[in-house]
Amino acid sequence: MNILVIGLNHKTAPVEVREKIAFAGPKLEEAAHLLKSSGVVRESIILSTCNRVEIYADVKDIDSGVEGIKGFLSDFHKVQGDLLDKSLYIHRGPEAIRHMYRVASSLDSMVVGEPQILGQLKDAFDAALKNRATGVILNKLMRKSVSVAKRIRTETKIAESAVSISFAAVELAKKIFDDLPTKSFMLIGAGEMAELAARHLINSGVKDVFITNRTIARAEELAHEFHGMVVPFENFVRELIHADIVICSTGAPHYILGKEQAHRTMKERKQKPMFIIDISVPRNIDPQINDLDNIYLYDVDSLQGVVDTNIQERAKEAEKAEQIVDEEIGSFLKWHASLSATPTIVALRNKAEEIRKAELEKTLGKLGPMEEEKIKAIDYLTASIVNKIIHPPTAALKADNDDKEVMLEVIRKLFQLETEEGKDEET
Amino acid sequence: MQIETNVLLFELALTFYFIATISGIIEIFRGKKNTSRATLYLAVTGFVFHTANIAVRYLEGGHIPVTNMHEATSFLSWSVLVLFFFHEFRYKLNLLSSFIMPIVFLLMFSSSIFPREIKALSPVLQSYWFGIHVILAFLGDAAFAMACGIGVMYLVQERNVKSRRLSRLFQKLPSLQTLDEINYHLITLGFPLLTLSMISGVIWANSAWGSYWRWDPKEVWSLITWLIYALVLHLRLTAGWRGKKAALLSIAGFIVVIFAFFGVTLILKGSHVFL
Repeated sequence: MNILVIGLNHKTAPVEVREKIAFAGPKLEEAAHLLKSSGVVRESIILSTCNRVEIYADVKDIDSGVEGIKGFLSDFHKVQGDLLDKSLYIHRGPEAIRHMYRVASSLDSMVVGEPQILGQLKDAFDAALKNRATGVILNKLMRKSVSVAKRIRTETKIAESAVSISFAAVELAKKIFDDLPTKSFMLIGAGEMAELAARHLINSGVKDVFITNRTIARAEELAHEFHGMVVPFENFVRELIHADIVICSTGAPHYILGKEQAHRTMKERKQKPMFIIDISVPRNIDPQINDLDNIYLYDVDSLQGVVDTNIQERAKEAEKAEQIVDEEIGSFLKWHASLSATPTIVALRNKAEEIRKAELEKTLGKLGPMEEEKIKAIDYLTASIVNKIIHPPTAALKADNDDKEVMLEVIRKLFQLETEEGKDEET
Repeated sequence: MQIETNVLLFELALTFYFIATISGIIEIFRGKKNTSRATLYLAVTGFVFHTANIAVRYLEGGHIPVTNMHEATSFLSWSVLVLFFFHEFRYKLNLLSSFIMPIVFLLMFSSSIFPREIKALSPVLQSYWFGIHVILAFLGDAAFAMACGIGVMYLVQERNVKSRRLSRLFQKLPSLQTLDEINYHLITLGFPLLTLSMISGVIWANSAWGSYWRWDPKEVWSLITWLIYALVLHLRLTAGWRGKKAALLSIAGFIVVIFAFFGVTLILKGSHVFL
């Protein structure tokens, strides 16, 4: 088993290091080409995202492979070897398989369960394919990783609930309202988090967008960006009648919406439900509003509480996912073992011997009673023909050869040998 | 032999409803997707036996089997299921079966307590009004039963959102707006059915007994039920009593329906004596 992973990620290296090692854009192709032609690896995939840079490889010899890849990294990026040593992790054999599975299924991500990484890994693989940098082993490992990631996604709830405040706001809105595209939304104030939540809501398709801000210029700017309408700040309470979802984030040191006002608004709305998100600190909306019927008020802490529960929930699901990873490592190892020469040679010999015995018996039956010695002679004859034919392929399999995997695959196909791989192929 | 058959069918239906109820409750607390399918299949199986039971009794008695408490309660439970299946396939509301199957099972269980003999329809009742009146009445009550179940779902989900504790149950239950709308829609279905059943009852009473309205307890309680649901609709349209208040009212309304159904017959005895 000569598979290995060398790389660094957000856990082992700060961004200053990661950006030095990253293979951005055109650099990736150049690097892939160089690595392939360097002869250090037999197969390779280079994955480079903002959170991780990793090289997956199948090498002739693990130790020289590790040194070779490290050397390649420091040469290519012109960085000191000891800087790399501090940040790099190296996984060999089964641990390398585990690592690839975990990366693919987002168990190793900063936000566990985030879906982008699988796409990034697939892109990295496509690039490697285009470069013909991969072969039997990494192709199989990659395919397997994608299917493990899919299995984990369907069998666990690892990616189910929102784990950021802005997504949690959208998730809640969808549990209060059935059809966001018929709902109106008002943004009071501005601020990074409020704008992010607003953007997610607008992406989920709310109908009307109202923007209000003490600084009218800022309101106009945001209205332009979100295709919304500006509401003068003095009038916003009156306009609340039309707003089903409100995000509030102003710098005001006091409440800008009290319980009495909210009560009146609800009356005028004929009690149509309202979802109010108060991201401001100090809070801008009287928390007692939550006691009113049909108003649902969330402040930063309560949204964070939602996010925390969801993260805990994901952590629980991640444990289940790790068990799936364990199981699937076994299945890859089985396939890999079938690649070693011995089982194929044994299967080849058995097959030949079976054919010889069957044919021999048929012929002897037709010939009728015969002297013992003649039978022995025929037996010997058939055995030596078979051995002579089988000798060259077995010898080739036993020899240490670069194309061994390919050869094994070909021989198994030509002689129709049944090994583990045939049964496992479609999983 | 016929009686044996219908008893057997009834017990089978009751058993399947019981298992479906348990399965539905498990689904609330720890269900996966296949649990909800199991609940539905169990309910459908029970429903098939139940329908056969009603058909056998219909053939045996020669009229819609609603002439004693056993039959009436069983028929109500059956009507609730008819509406449930309709909603299940039309709206595919998550966890709906978990909240409706307990109602179905409890009705069926109460039905099993009452004597089960098949009685001939008394001559006074032999009229085509009979079929019209009872079918309208039972479908109306079934709509109110569904509204009650959905009202409970609304209250649970509302609590989830208000208390800001978002459990797995929060993820599974439908949105508040969906629940509120379907609750409203069920009451707008149940109310005209109840109204029409009362009108048909009044007309029928006149042709059977020669007077339209005789203030018997069943009539009085039907009127009370009618007033309650009229109030529910009125408050919703004028004062915006939607959401939580509407959910609470639809639960209260169904409690009155149940009292009118059992209480009046068992405690107050009136001219709906056949029940």
